[in-house]
Amino acid sequence: MASLEHSVAPPVSDHAATSTGLPHLKLAMWLFLASDCLLFGALISTYVLYRGASTVGPFPADVFDIPYTSVSSFVLLASSLTMVLALAAIQRGDVGRSRVWLLATALLGMTFLGGQVYEFTSFVREGLTLKTNVFGTSFYVLTGFHGTHVAVGVLMLLTLFTLSFAGKINQDSAMTVELVGLYWHFVDIVWIVIFTVVYLIPTGNPGAGG
Amino acid sequence: MVLGLVALALVAAACAPNATQSTLEPKGPYAQQSYDLFVPVFWVAAVIFIIVEGLLVLFVFRYRHRKNQTRIPPQVHGNTRLEIAWTILPTLILAGVAVPTIATIWDLAAKPTGDVLEVNVLAHQWWWEFDYPDQRILTANELHIPTGRPVYVTLCAVGFGYGTPVPSQGGPPAPSACQGPPDSPPPAAIGAAVIHSFWVPELAGTQDVVPGQTNHLTIQADEPGVYEGQCKEFCGLSHAYMRFKVVAHTPEDFDRWVAEQQAPASSAVAGPAQAGQAIFLQTCVACHAVAGLETATGQPVLANGGPNLTHLMSRGCFRGCTLAVTDGNLRRWIADPRSVEAGSFMPDYGLSSEEIDQVVAFLNTLE
Amino acid sequence: MASVSVPAERPGGLLRRPHATRGWWSWFTTVDHKKIGILYGITAFAFFLIGGSEALLIRVQLARPDQTFLEPAVYNELFTMHGITMVFLVVMPLSAAFFNYLLPLMIGARDVVFPRLNAFSYWAFLFGGLFIYSSWFLGGAPNGGWFGYAPNSVTDPTRGMTFYAIGLLITGIASTVSAVNLAVTVLNMRAPGMTLFRMPVFVWMGLVVQLLLAFSLPVITIGLVELLFDRLFGTHFFDPAVGGTPVLWQHLFWLFGHPEVYILVLPAMGIVSEILPVFARKPLFGYQFIVFSGIAIGFIGFGVWAHHMFAVGLGPVANTAFAVSTMIIAIPTGVKIFNWLGTLWNGDLRFATPMLFSIGFIAMFVIGGLSGVTHAVVPSDYQQTDTYYIVAHFHYVLFGGAIFGLFAGMYYWWPKVFGRMLNETWGKVNFWLMLIGFNLTFGPMHILGLQGMPRRIQSYPASLGLSFWNMVSSIGAFVIAISVLVFLVNAISSFRKPKQMEADPWDARTLEWATSSPPPEYNFEEIPVVHSLDDLWHRKYAEIEGGRVVPVAAGGSGETSTAGTQNTEHAGGHAIHMPSPSYFPLIAAAGFPVAGYGLIFGVPAVALGLVISLAGFFGWALEPSAE
Repeated sequence: MASLEHSVAPPVSDHAATSTGLPHLKLAMWLFLASDCLLFGALISTYVLYRGASTVGPFPADVFDIPYTSVSSFVLLASSLTMVLALAAIQRGDVGRSRVWLLATALLGMTFLGGQVYEFTSFVREGLTLKTNVFGTSFYVLTGFHGTHVAVGVLMLLTLFTLSFAGKINQDSAMTVELVGLYWHFVDIVWIVIFTVVYLIPTGNPGAGG
Repeated sequence: MVLGLVALALVAAACAPNATQSTLEPKGPYAQQSYDLFVPVFWVAAVIFIIVEGLLVLFVFRYRHRKNQTRIPPQVHGNTRLEIAWTILPTLILAGVAVPTIATIWDLAAKPTGDVLEVNVLAHQWWWEFDYPDQRILTANELHIPTGRPVYVTLCAVGFGYGTPVPSQGGPPAPSACQGPPDSPPPAAIGAAVIHSFWVPELAGTQDVVPGQTNHLTIQADEPGVYEGQCKEFCGLSHAYMRFKVVAHTPEDFDRWVAEQQAPASSAVAGPAQAGQAIFLQTCVACHAVAGLETATGQPVLANGGPNLTHLMSRGCFRGCTLAVTDGNLRRWIADPRSVEAGSFMPDYGLSSEEIDQVVAFLNTLE
Repeated sequence: MASVSVPAERPGGLLRRPHATRGWWSWFTTVDHKKIGILYGITAFAFFLIGGSEALLIRVQLARPDQTFLEPAVYNELFTMHGITMVFLVVMPLSAAFFNYLLPLMIGARDVVFPRLNAFSYWAFLFGGLFIYSSWFLGGAPNGGWFGYAPNSVTDPTRGMTFYAIGLLITGIASTVSAVNLAVTVLNMRAPGMTLFRMPVFVWMGLVVQLLLAFSLPVITIGLVELLFDRLFGTHFFDPAVGGTPVLWQHLFWLFGHPEVYILVLPAMGIVSEILPVFARKPLFGYQFIVFSGIAIGFIGFGVWAHHMFAVGLGPVANTAFAVSTMIIAIPTGVKIFNWLGTLWNGDLRFATPMLFSIGFIAMFVIGGLSGVTHAVVPSDYQQTDTYYIVAHFHYVLFGGAIFGLFAGMYYWWPKVFGRMLNETWGKVNFWLMLIGFNLTFGPMHILGLQGMPRRIQSYPASLGLSFWNMVSSIGAFVIAISVLVFLVNAISSFRKPKQMEADPWDARTLEWATSSPPPEYNFEEIPVVHSLDDLWHRKYAEIEGGRVVPVAAGGSGETSTAGTQNTEHAGGHAIHMPSPSYFPLIAAAGFPVAGYGLIFGVPAVALGLVISLAGFFGWALEPSAE
């Protein structure tokens, strides 16, 4: 076999130097989030396509309670702040502080989800279900996907919280917290887009139909 | 060598005498436009094919390894000038193809002007219905047109949207721009509203029939004749059997045909046809209309979930234009629709053989 | 070589960490990219035989007019399953087999960046494919076409299209996750000195394909979810009755579907780009241009989707825009072809079977590419669309293109993977039979389409004059079948030969040929340091003036020491730590089909499936990657 220059074989784990300089998991998370952008892009496009297309009500103006949703949006935004604080704490090595902020983020996320549940049940009572019209169809599936992403994020946060008691979360594993943070911020940014496109931008004449 | 055979065969395709649904035999100006674009582009492609494959074959022979060859060939890595050349040249060729393409796209999209015949084509699962709004005629399976006039076709998919409850017949219709003649009921939805495609290649390229959307197509025949067509977009179980014919008449013959179609059926029938009419009025009128016929309570027979049968005997084909209108075929169809058309929505009323004969006798009076 | 094992205590751990890397059980727990590549390959080939059989049945039915050998319901299932199988269960996983096996070797790495995720992708793919196929026995296979146009795919009363949506969601997860894995591997795990422009073209194509997957799969995921919801939960995504439009499905499908065809063909283009230089004994002509063309095709590929929808009625503005973008994408494709010709020019061509299939690829792909350009002429496409002319086009690029390229790859890399060569004589028989059979089958379809034969019909009347060429096409299909049988016999009998292969039997240019055949579990004793493109070649040969080439004094070409590699498991004196096998990827993947059955047959299974998957994911997250 032709001789090759060689170097010391690096182990497969991600502590070695990487070709881009970015740790493997971080690069993977960015790529996954980019892919997830298209997921939400397709859902938001569906919603925007069907804006004003419902032939029967209830229509958005009939059910939306902007002040209420603004409050729950603020709750989700605040959770991004607590997430940043959690990461800063663990990067300093302060596991205790980090644990508190992680729990706070999870609780704020759960509050947001609870708010969504309340909001949707009130919509249903007002006659807007998945099957009612294309508004109901596209709205619930879009916000449902987002809510599922939030729920998965809450699950990850609570897992980190629990693992921190077993000593598994420390300054060396700060990147795990950073990765969950990246995901969490992404979910938050998607919500800002949804809130703006779905709730804030008026659909025009609600009775326009077809 | 094999490739040469393929090229030859393609040329042979244009000369096939019995291809009666061919895209290479345009019989009207709109089909001619598609054809006139295809032919030169095909030849450009053929020339490129010959050059590229020719080079491939040449290199394969010229540079094959000879037994006494031991040297490794010079390690050439590329040639930037060549790269530029073989990027720019195809671009120029494609630009040349693009210009007439775009012109024709816009040309075909424009609504025709002048003496235009308007027809609404309603696509059902799995048959074609033709509604002439100005002439107030509703027919099926055969689209009759005059020669030399553009026929502006509005394409409508009929059937149930799946947001509505689905009884087997007579239920609420899917909203559609194609509502049929003003004082007749909107198309009753039997079968699902799915995408179809209206294609009579000798007269025009295709356009899809999309539920909830109103597409248009212009066709025109230069000469009298019968032109084959069928649904081109997969639409369910019996997609393969959703055929139709376009029958082009001289203008005088067309006017005659219109007059015949506008005349109602006579209610005076005798013999077995009379018994057949009675059965018809009890069962078939749920879906089939016959102009001039009245029910026992004096109601006109207008239901249009199935083909309008007023002048059934004037048509050459029925059942998605896959069966000739003969007594034997009609009997088979009425006796067991699903043996003739998979998934057919036409009910089997369990008529006895004698009853079917009577119905067929009645149908024979619908000329 | 795995390090010494110590059973680990884990919270809630029920299973001891598996450690075997040999034996049949190890295939279920492996995280080794080479084994996973072989698994993908075998599974994909099995589906190829099934999908091919479906095609043969179709061709029997269409051999003569007005036949009733297959009733419409079954025929519709057959052409649907043939399309789904060949696209999602054959070409994609066969490409994945090559990427999995070769990408780490070609970049000088020991494995992919996330080995357990890699295993998960395979199992999810397998379970997704089995899930779809189980539909034959559970109420009917998908029957709405592989493209599943709404509203027909929603209103069809049988279960098949529900299996379609769920099954493709499962395989979609497999591919998305694999895309992230392989992209990060290529970006992050290259050997020292291997800059992006010293990577083999196959690796570049791999990177582009993974990015195409990552960005196109989410769109069809949403499309499939919307279809599933319309079918199961009464939503109105594609319901024209209440303001929805069926055209939305087409947009979502083809926004994925068009990049998908480049996902299907770029791997084969990468393979051909590796094989031609080796058997022409000169470098790939225009390496950077071939790389940039691949990237350009990837980008532009996202801008042509509505050329599948020219007859839907989008309007002349849209049709014009997509006609132009479709013509534009022909340009980088042509650049590749000319550069491959340039590689052959003035070379020393040896026609081993890999080379035959590669040349066949070029010849067939040119035909498919040219017919594709004729589709871009929109008014002509109004005649061509939904006819056999289109069927001819995509089989020329997908079979004559992708499949021929993949066969070239199988013959080329067989000695590396299995340590034995495939028989050359039978290889040539395979190639010529396949070339002839392929052209007999699909060449006439150009004619049939132009003469008015639509797609997706199970019979045609005798009066249309389509009978002769249909018969020819059906005969050709059986010639293809024989050629595949020849390959199968060749493949199986190759295992009777002793496993005795040199590292570099073809005198090749890329790094996978620098290690033994097959490679050890850790791929390379020492990770190589790369100094140039085609690094291995430059170790063997030096270029002197005039571009001429002389062998480097030491080593020489083609000489290997199999004895040497077998004795160097402890090379350099340090043990190489490889990731340990694991059960959890398989368990995590297994929950998905269970949940899928739950969506069809009863909600409790959904909960069960979720629990199984969650258990798998948690176990996986909590176990270390190596023990």
